[in-house]
Amino acid sequence: MDVVMFEAQRQGRLSFYMVSAGEEGIAVGSAAALTPDDVVFAQYREAGVFQQRGFTLKNFMSQLFANCNDHGRGRNMPVHYGQNYPRTHTISSPLATQIPQAAGAAYALKIQDLQNPNQSPRIVACYFGEGAASEGDFHAALNIAATRSCPVVFLCRNNGFAISTPTLEQYRGDGIASRGVGYGIDTVRVDGNDVFAVYEAMKEARERALSDGGRPVLIEAMSYRVSHHSTSDDSFAYRARVEVEDWKRRDNPIIRLRKWLENKGLWNEDLEKETRDSLRKAVLKEFADAEREKKPPLREAFTDVYEEITEEAQEQMKELKRILETYPDEYDLRPYQDGIKGLD
Amino acid sequence: MALPRAPRAVIPKVLRRYYSGAPSPAAKLNLPIDYKTTSILHHTPSSLSGVSDFPAAATSKRLNLFQAINSALRTALSTSDKVLLFGEDVAFGGVFRCSMDLQTEFGSDRVFNTPLTEQGIAGFAIGAAAEGMKPVAEIQFADYVFPAFDQIVNEAAKFRYREGGTGIDVGGLVFRMPCGAVGHGALYHSQSPEALFAHIPGVRVVMPRSPAQAKGLLLSSIFENNDPVVFLEPKILYRAAVEHVPNEYYTIPLSKAEVIKPGKDLTIISYGQPLYLCSAAITALEKTMPGVKVELIDLRTIYPWDRQTVLGSVRKTGRAVVVHESMINYGVGAEISATIQEGAFLRLEAPVKRVAGWSTHTGLTYEQFILPDVARIYDAMKQTLEY
Repeated sequence: MDVVMFEAQRQGRLSFYMVSAGEEGIAVGSAAALTPDDVVFAQYREAGVFQQRGFTLKNFMSQLFANCNDHGRGRNMPVHYGQNYPRTHTISSPLATQIPQAAGAAYALKIQDLQNPNQSPRIVACYFGEGAASEGDFHAALNIAATRSCPVVFLCRNNGFAISTPTLEQYRGDGIASRGVGYGIDTVRVDGNDVFAVYEAMKEARERALSDGGRPVLIEAMSYRVSHHSTSDDSFAYRARVEVEDWKRRDNPIIRLRKWLENKGLWNEDLEKETRDSLRKAVLKEFADAEREKKPPLREAFTDVYEEITEEAQEQMKELKRILETYPDEYDLRPYQDGIKGLD
Repeated sequence: MALPRAPRAVIPKVLRRYYSGAPSPAAKLNLPIDYKTTSILHHTPSSLSGVSDFPAAATSKRLNLFQAINSALRTALSTSDKVLLFGEDVAFGGVFRCSMDLQTEFGSDRVFNTPLTEQGIAGFAIGAAAEGMKPVAEIQFADYVFPAFDQIVNEAAKFRYREGGTGIDVGGLVFRMPCGAVGHGALYHSQSPEALFAHIPGVRVVMPRSPAQAKGLLLSSIFENNDPVVFLEPKILYRAAVEHVPNEYYTIPLSKAEVIKPGKDLTIISYGQPLYLCSAAITALEKTMPGVKVELIDLRTIYPWDRQTVLGSVRKTGRAVVVHESMINYGVGAEISATIQEGAFLRLEAPVKRVAGWSTHTGLTYEQFILPDVARIYDAMKQTLEY
């Protein structure tokens, strides 16, 4: 999907895209250790978490094309996925804002699970990058989660770069893991390119998060961002191509998993080819379907700001409709569901 | 499982796709802005010479907005070794290329990357300014300034007032940030938070309309003004707007508006990118209503603002429309309209109109319907003239 969508952005068919290449191990391995009732707050490089939690190709494509099937109602930039259940909150672009929210959400789950003994205990898993950990919200989140004993697992993807800024200019201590100790939080550093290691770490972290009435755990998963930051970035302006190629070849979570499976006799060239072909076909089919769908109706520009559209906004919708009717040649409403009636 | 590189043929090429609705094929008003011909920009060196803001007999070079900002920063760094430049990803040139080559030229003591923390960047800048430096702090997007809001609102803005008799201020402090919509920025890469800062006495809020304006206003913010400045750069203009910019040091005074097109029948007050929309709408209107002459004012500094230039114009024309991109509710237009109503009531021939973003967020697919466009400005001018 990453390859196709990156290419689609380059062709101008998507405004923006961010790949997860090289960091799939962290997303998939960790999400596999969660239950559907657990709650996730993610950043923007966790497509694997969504996929692992049942987000379908159609869901991905509908969001990427901001069409009328998009859970986000066509409002968000591409890759800002979200789903209600298994609850995986819609991605917000500002960095680190989700980390204290995750602590609060975990506290809510803890209280609710105490109040309802029939509910099997749940945790919150919160994903972010090592750059985001420089924001004040990171400090606030870990400290409050520790003091309120929140059942939350903070998972930091340390991929070496915040856009162009390498970790040497991001922090001088021993990574992100060393900070957990300072907050009194159980902490583990794991090889993020080893999908099984990530799974084991999250499994253990989840158990600990639910022990002693709840407590936060910090996982630092080490990886390398083999991709550009986003389609808006050309990372060879600040790092050597050979460094990236070297990482791709030497330490890639998918290649490592494939080698392991091949050694166990569970995978081979034929299965590889078959899987790639069927996946590519599926991606392209959903791609084509999603691109053809209509955009949501225009009223969705105004809904959900408040629970009910305000009197002022209703007047603005009427004024917009008057403009669209007065100057019909100036607007192309064909891509939008119900055209001008979509404002009613 | 990683997919192999998709052959290009598999995804057939399509014409350029617009993420927020394509321009209508029949459009006469809502056409893409032609930055190569707009009268807002100085397309030749000779058009600079008549303007008092620019140094006489200056040599000039065609620059886009990010190059003009780069030129201003280079000029500032070489004018005074008190100037510092920092922010996220600044060292390699910045995500919009405004700080290109500056670390190489001026060294990593004065031009450097910070960790990813806007509140840290802002507080660090305030401290450096309080101890005599001239820090130019870059916030990567205006949408991400909010962690720094406390530092700007409660600290920078109140610094001189709080220090009082100690005489300490944070002059020379500039927070630069790209702002505004580009067509596909959605909720968090489109905002223009000028009204939020304009509500805070103590910070100057500046938004340039063009490369030559940006250089003069930025140098003025750093060197000729002892108040902290929030300097908002319309990011859609970084590459789109190209004009002749004087090579040397020059400043354009803050809190001084400019009449960029004189007229007698109606005053349009705007700032930043919407000025290009206003200019296009005025051209169309003056064609359809022969004899009508519209005056266009660029506020340049949004607060403290040049009330006298605006009031003087409206007392002359009797009609006013305020145009801005950010939301209409409690926006800059509300302040300007109220001031006109107080200061020119007896001269008004029509209610002051506002054309601004609707009171919602910038949803990706809906951007062109939410923000002002040429048709809406044209319609507002016509209604005001026919009132």
